[in-house]
Order: sequence, then C-alpha cells, then structure tokens
Amino acid sequence: MVAAVEGARKATRTVPAMAKDAVIFAAVSLALAIPLVGFYITDQGSTNTLHTRFGPMFYGVGVLFLGKLALSFAESSEAIARRIALIGSALAVLWFVIAVTGVVQDDNQVLGWFTWIVVVAVAVRGWVESRRSGAAARAIATAEGTSLGAAVARLGRFLGPLFIGIALVAPFYAAAIDDKRLVDLGVLIFTYIMLGWGLNVVVGLAGLLDLGYVAFYAVGAYTYAVFSVKLGLNFWETLPVAGALAASFGILLGFPVLRLRGDYLAIVTLGFGEIIRIILLNWAELAGGAQGIGGIERPSFFGMPFTASPPEGTTSFNEFFNIEFSPMHRQIYLYYIILLLALLTNWFTLRIRKLPIGRAWEALREDEIACRALGINPTNTKLTAFAIGAMFGGFAGSFFATRQGFISPESFNFLESAIILAIVVLGGMGSQIGVVIATIVLIGGPEWFRDLAAYRMLAFGGLMVLIMIWRPEGLLAHREPTIRMHSQKRSA
Amino acid sequence: MAYFLQQLINGVVLGSIFGLIAIGYTMVYGIIGMVNFAHGDIFMIGGFVTIITFLVLGAIGLTWAPLALLLMLVIAMGFTALHGWAVERVAYRPLRTSNRLAPLISAIGMSIFLQNYVQIIQGARNKALGTPLISGSIQLMERDGFAVQITYMQIVIVVLTIVLMVGFTMLISNTALGRNQRACEQDMRMARLLGVDVDRTISLTFVMGAALAAVAGMVWLLYYGIIDFYVGFLAGIKAFSAAVLGGIGSLPGAMLGGLLIGLIEVFWSAYFSVEYKDVAAFAILVLALVFRPTGLLGKPEIEKV
Repeated sequence: MVAAVEGARKATRTVPAMAKDAVIFAAVSLALAIPLVGFYITDQGSTNTLHTRFGPMFYGVGVLFLGKLALSFAESSEAIARRIALIGSALAVLWFVIAVTGVVQDDNQVLGWFTWIVVVAVAVRGWVESRRSGAAARAIATAEGTSLGAAVARLGRFLGPLFIGIALVAPFYAAAIDDKRLVDLGVLIFTYIMLGWGLNVVVGLAGLLDLGYVAFYAVGAYTYAVFSVKLGLNFWETLPVAGALAASFGILLGFPVLRLRGDYLAIVTLGFGEIIRIILLNWAELAGGAQGIGGIERPSFFGMPFTASPPEGTTSFNEFFNIEFSPMHRQIYLYYIILLLALLTNWFTLRIRKLPIGRAWEALREDEIACRALGINPTNTKLTAFAIGAMFGGFAGSFFATRQGFISPESFNFLESAIILAIVVLGGMGSQIGVVIATIVLIGGPEWFRDLAAYRMLAFGGLMVLIMIWRPEGLLAHREPTIRMHSQKRSA
Repeated sequence: MAYFLQQLINGVVLGSIFGLIAIGYTMVYGIIGMVNFAHGDIFMIGGFVTIITFLVLGAIGLTWAPLALLLMLVIAMGFTALHGWAVERVAYRPLRTSNRLAPLISAIGMSIFLQNYVQIIQGARNKALGTPLISGSIQLMERDGFAVQITYMQIVIVVLTIVLMVGFTMLISNTALGRNQRACEQDMRMARLLGVDVDRTISLTFVMGAALAAVAGMVWLLYYGIIDFYVGFLAGIKAFSAAVLGGIGSLPGAMLGGLLIGLIEVFWSAYFSVEYKDVAAFAILVLALVFRPTGLLGKPEIEKV
C-alpha cells in the first residue's frame, strides 16, 4: 500500500520538483563532505598540517547531483521521456567528467572510479525502475526474488555434486599450471566456507545472532598450537580435542546468555570474542601474548612430513612415493584436508536438519513462544546449536593453525567475526549453497585486489548495507520447509 | 585515600564521556528497538570534525580558548548530527519493517564502512591535537607525597556533561518533540494514527544521539589529545554496555551506566591490571545481562504474543 502510494507520488512529479530534490540531495552530500573530505590532516612528527581538497569534493558532489537528477527522470511516468532523460543525463555525467577532470590532479583515479560507480548505479536503478511501476511490479519482483532462491535450491541437487567435482580436480589443474597461489586461494576459500557453514548452524538454522564466532575459531587454533608445541601431538590427534574444547566454550558462554533476545545476544557474544582475544594477548606463559605461537607442527601424511630433508628416522612424502619434492604437495594436501572438513560440516548440517533437534532449531527461529507452548526446551535447543557451531569453528581453527604454522591474537579480531557473519547473512541465512557463493564473492573476489586493502573493506561494509536494503533476507533467501503435511499445497 | 580520590575523579570524567555516547544507544533502542552499531563510529567522526575545526580555527588565527571551544562544539555537533541523520536515512529507514536481524547487520556494515571511509580520507595514523587547548589544574590535597589534582579540562568536561544532560532531560520532558518521542516509544502505530510524524521523530532521535556523541568525541579528543579511525569501536561497545547496565531505553540509566563503567574501568586499571581493563567492561556487560537483563533503571519488557 505505502509502496504503491510512494511509487505513484514519485511518477507524477514535475521537473522542478525533481530538480529541487536533486539540489537538496547535493546540498546534504556537500555538507557531509565539507569537514572530512574538504579538509585533511597530515602530520609530521607532532605538528599537524591542514590541507584542502575542495576541487575533488565539488566534483564528487556534482556527480552525485547529476546522478540523482538522472534517477528522478528515470523514475518518471513517461516512458519515452524516461529513456531520453536517462541517456541525456548519462551524457551529462560523461561531459562533466571530461570537463572537470582538469580541476583534480592526484585523486583522479579515485574520482574516476567514483564517477563510474555512480553512473553504473544510476543505470541499474533506472533500468530496474523503468521496468516496474507501483506495487504490482514490486510484488512481482518479490516473487521473482523468492523464485531465484527456490531455483537455486532445486538446482542445488545438481550444482552440489558438480561443485564438489570441480573442487576435487581443481588442485590438479593448479599443479599442472604450477600455480601455488591458486591452491592457496582455494584453501582460504574453503576455510571461510567451512566457517560459514559452521556459523550457519547458529545463525541460519537456530536464528541466534553470534558476533563472536571468531572466539571459537581462536580456541581451536590455540588448542592445536599449544598441544603441538608443548606436548608434541599431531594435527589429527588434536582435532577432536580442539572441537570438544571449542564446543565446551560454546556451552560455557551460551548457558548464561542464551535466554537473552537477539540483539543482546549479539553484543554479549561480541564482548566474549573480545575477552578471548584480550586474554590471549596478555597470557604470555601459555599463549605467547602478542607474539603468538610459532613453530606449530605442519601436517604430515600418515606421519610422513612434506619436507625436502626429513628428520632422522622418517621418510618424507616425496621419498615414499618416489616423486620429486615440490612445495605444492603440502599445499594440495592442506587443500584436501579443508575440503574434507568443509564437506563434513555440510553433510552433518544437512543430516541434522532432518533430525528432531534440527527441526526444533528452525521452529525456534520462526517462533519461540509457539515452541515453548509445544514443549521444546528453548535453552537446551539453542545450546546445542551453539555448541555444534562452536565445534566446527574449533575444527577450522585447528586447521588454520596447522596451515599457518604461526598464530597470534591479531588473526582473531572482530572484523573476522563480521566477515564470517556477512558470508552467512549475504548468502541467505540457512542456505548452504548461498554460503559458498557469498564466500567466493566476498573472499575470492577481493583476494585479487589485495593492494586496495582499505577500499576493499570500504566496499565490503557498503555491500553489507546495500544487500540488506535490497534483499533483507539475503541473496539466496529461500526457506524451504523441511517437512510438509500436504505435499500438493506447494503454493502455500 | 589520595590515590583513591584521584582515580574517582578520573573515573567520573571517563564515565561522563561514556554516558554521553550511551544516550545515543539508549534513545535509538528505546524508539525503534535496534542496536545502532554505527554509533561508536559517529562518535569517532565527531572527534575528527573537532580536530579539523580546531586546525581551521588555528589557521584563521582564532585562538581565544572559550570562543574556540564553543565554535568547535557547535560545528562538531552540527556536522556529526548530519552524519547521524544520513546513516539513519540510508541504512536503517528502508529496513524499518523487515526482520530484526536485517537492521543490525546493516548497522555493522555501516560501522565498517564509516571506519574505512575515515581511514581512507584522513589516513590511518592517529591524529594528535598537539598543544592542549585548556591546560592547568587545581591541586585539591596532598598526602604522603601524592597530590590529588583536578585539571581545568576535567572540570570543563564534567560541567559540560551536566549542562547537556539537564538541557536534554528538559527537551525530552517539556517539548513537543520530546512528547512525540515518548509517544513513538510507547506505541508507534498509535502515535502515527494520532498525527505524529514518526519518520521525522525517529530522524531527530538519531540527530540528537549523534550530536551528543559529537560532544563525547570532542571531549575525548581534548582530554586524551589523540584520535584515530578505530577509536569508535571499543568506546562504542563500552558505551553500549553502559546503556545496558543502566537499563536500555532509560536516559538517566544511560548516564548512571556510563559513570559506573567509567569508574569500574579506571579502578580496575588502578588496582588490578591495565591489560585487562577492557575485559572488565565486557564482563560487567555479561553479568548485567545475566542477572538483571532490564538494567538498573530499566522497565521489564513484556513480550506479547
């Protein structure tokens, strides 16, 4: 209803009204930009120097003004006017670029990118808006949205095996072209996929917002590190211990806080994650403090290390198989370990969803009061989800430690939690394949733009906001009921 | 005793800063029931606007402390309030009717965005104020060679906080805007039916919260003399802890919670260990939520089916 009225009001606006809108928009942008973009500080020792960059600032605001104007035209009701306006304003933006580029000197590249982002955004928005009008189209768009999730869910049956197949042969391709970076990237992506799937149990299935997931990751990593360095245990011996320890931490934390409502829980878990990090940072005897723990045992293949010169009394992997030594072997081995662990997580999650406990999680996510009325114990059910999610976090943490050979508290900060949560949420909470797609987009994509580290995080934050506004349920949100009473009632 | 008194003074000053930030959290939570995760970064932006205003004022030769202070206060509040407004308009308003998690995640995204935005446009190094604007102190007492001092800066901070708190409480209790706000807090749909402009009221709530956070940012900068793009994260979490401890949704609660968190942090650092001072604040948050989820001055929330 409101959307329809809003749409109608937008469509019937006159040109001066649109211009007024754009002017207000530009004025607000200018006011926002003046203090922080217009001025900047450089410091030499203890003396600050103030610089101005009004040129780029006015340029940016000008681009925003034209973009807003173009968008208003594109939303107007006359179809032809709409297209002409769109093309015209796109040309105007381009002209503006050419005309004003002389004003700006060093920030050229950034401003160029900025302009292009605005132009593309306007074009996309204008195209989407011109295809729909009012509430009817909006309703269709939502239906399209759900059907996208549903289509992927249907395709998942074929996509899943296909994806696993590609994942299985990928390292051979990388070995063939001798690209160590590709295998590294694969390992990184699967680590995050595993973390995403682990957190998906907590956030996606049970609907508990956990902002401190990295704490369990850290517990797993430090468990293996300490066991390896102090006791000399190997990766496979420690893995169950790390999982169990992380799960116990999950229960320990979850027990007092799980009766809290969603956003309180989020903040408490965040606090817990920070507490773990600060403790690790200051616990010099066991955790090595800020220096972290180094010299963690790298993985070995049934006791055969991946080294060129194995220690006395052991055979190395390449000697046993009588092949030439290559550092790729260890990378590929690591890749298969994390692939196995990730698939294990996925398989476990898919199976447990069909058990009473898994159904209880999803029911609890949808309506806690109804669950209580039906005799489900909310605390125990949530606690299980929390502990299982934590356990997978612990496994992934152990893997991280053996992969890196060195860990420090800096690897386990809040940003890491936010990234894992973003993967789960952007993928569509509860969607397993969504996690994979979101990881490839969020981790794989930016990995190629390492040099632009700060811009990468800027885009990351902006993307989180935009995707939430565009699809509050996540990219592939599709809540397929796991059980149906009347199979013919599919439309409901 | 002298040492204790000195820590008490420091704690009250730190608590005032947390209290000012906490009000923003508590008001927003009270009215739309979301944790405005980006509020800590709004506080950080307030600090940055202040240091830039300070340098601009220095560049045009305006160095008379009271006037400079007043101008910095007004400018920082104005620009930061605009940031608060824009954040609400862009990231939260489109999500007002969606599920509970969406605005929170949008807020986390906004927080990451703002941090990196400031890092890019102002640089990652921390910015130091250089010469303090207000220097000097009063010696209150001296015992066993330990002098208890209260700096003029500390007096200014506490007085400023008290003035703002009184003004703010009057705003909420006596003006039409405050009445609208309280109406929206109780029942948003009913308030809308009775002619309250809900969107405008919510926007103004964000604006007021951001303005107070700007004051906190300014005071932080003047007190510690240093600011960086990451400062909002920890300060924000602690201020949120303060809001929860005091009872979220309650204004005096936010101030009380801020004071308590400030005092706890300072005393913890003074008597136990500096390294674990952040743990103290988080531990308080967890304990408060476990044993008294409604906070010290909060009303119990009744969940209706």
